[in-house]
Amino acid sequence: MSPYELWISFYTMMRKDVVRLFRIWVQTFLPSVITSSLYFLIFGTVLGSRIGQMQGVNYMTFVVPGLVMLAIVTNAYSNSSFTFFQSKFFMRSIDEILVSPTPPWLMIAGFVSGGVIRGVLVGTLVLLISIFFTGLRLAVANMLVILLFAILTALVFALAGLVNGVYAKTIDGINIVPTFVLQPMVYLGGVFYSIHSLPQAARYVTYINPIFYLINGFRYGFLGVADIPLWVSLTVLSGLIVALIAINWYLIRKGLGLKQ
Amino acid sequence: MNALTINDLKKTYSNGVVALSGVSLAIPEGDFFALLGPNGAGKTTLIGITAGLVNKTSGTVSVFDYDIDRRPEKARTLLGLVGQEINFNPFENPIDIVVNQAGYYGIPRKVAIPRAERLLADLGLADKAREQSRTLSGGMKRRLMIARALVNEPRFLILDEPTAGVDVELRRGMWEYLSGLSARGLTVLLTTHYLEEAEQLAKHVAIINKGQIIVNGTMQDVLAMHDGDGAAENGFRGGRLEEVFLRLTAEK
Repeated sequence: MSPYELWISFYTMMRKDVVRLFRIWVQTFLPSVITSSLYFLIFGTVLGSRIGQMQGVNYMTFVVPGLVMLAIVTNAYSNSSFTFFQSKFFMRSIDEILVSPTPPWLMIAGFVSGGVIRGVLVGTLVLLISIFFTGLRLAVANMLVILLFAILTALVFALAGLVNGVYAKTIDGINIVPTFVLQPMVYLGGVFYSIHSLPQAARYVTYINPIFYLINGFRYGFLGVADIPLWVSLTVLSGLIVALIAINWYLIRKGLGLKQ
Repeated sequence: MNALTINDLKKTYSNGVVALSGVSLAIPEGDFFALLGPNGAGKTTLIGITAGLVNKTSGTVSVFDYDIDRRPEKARTLLGLVGQEINFNPFENPIDIVVNQAGYYGIPRKVAIPRAERLLADLGLADKAREQSRTLSGGMKRRLMIARALVNEPRFLILDEPTAGVDVELRRGMWEYLSGLSARGLTVLLTTHYLEEAEQLAKHVAIINKGQIIVNGTMQDVLAMHDGDGAAENGFRGGRLEEVFLRLTAEK
């Protein structure tokens, strides 16, 4: 395929998923908006006033980057895992792509693009809601860093979701990882607290949690302060992206779960 | 040139089932080729390997001399597949299904949309083009799959039991359409359980049983194997090809 034909194939996969996202917006966009509003209400407004300040800002301002990140992570992950699983399991419409000249790496890009777009869009919606709860006092230290970390985080978790979608043999296989792995990782990665408020032993555990590095970089973009240097977060994120692309490429090229 | 060349193709599934045990086959360009066999004979596995949906165990497969391992993208560009199972998203409408399929082949929407509209009209689906495909009847779904397989203008069309569950009138219409395509030079590989139609349509026929080709030749050669005095089975007698098919598959 020529570069133009590759672009058309990629655009087709991306467009198809974006059309689906907006067609079922009640299922794709609304749940995170409602959940985040509840988080802002309970953790920010009700409990936050008792917590006081964290990293030099009030708790509501502190918790915003973490909650936006939470929305990006869960939406990017579930989008690519479910879309891929659905197309290979329920309707077998994945065959439409498998019989075409679309190469495996482009299939990865196509499926992941929908996850990235959904993650960033939902993250933006949650950010807009946070403005309402923070009374327009939302801190923004570096918009470029915010955008960079939003996109890279969505990419990491869309890729991770795709691995899950490829491996899953039942619908339970799609739900187990988000419930038992992803959610604990997100909650223990520093969404609601700074690592400095943890005992030393717990900090070491946090250092092996990739979510910590994402939230750290993202929070730096908002507050201008971070638990660890920004370059460390970017290095971990880049390493994860490379590793996940390699795993996905290997799995899809081999046809694991796709071809008998 | 051959549209399809298969050499010593073997496939053993992970559960140990041997689906193909050394199949060799050649389909000349422009042929209408019928691949017949009882359920579980290996027809769909052979087609799946050719189309890139099933991994082979060993052997080689080439589409217009493009090896499916070394030049998979080239081989697939020349192929169109109508699978046995309905495999499109029922919540999408036919025009989107066909246009998206063109997109996977790198065909831009401005080219794909008029082409898809023409194909859907040719197959009698023009008035259903923008309705959800789950509302289509069984026969319409089959025709939609044919339109989808033709949107990349393949030189080699594979039809895996495309008329299963389609009523007689619609089936006749579909065969007429496919015969027209074949007459214009499209190579067709057909698997079907309607042997009387294979008898009328195909120039060449191969019968596969238990993963092996047991007969392969022109339709006249295979029909010549009919001795005319086969015993009626449960009071019924089929067409000539059906009698040959039953005798060969029973013997093997």
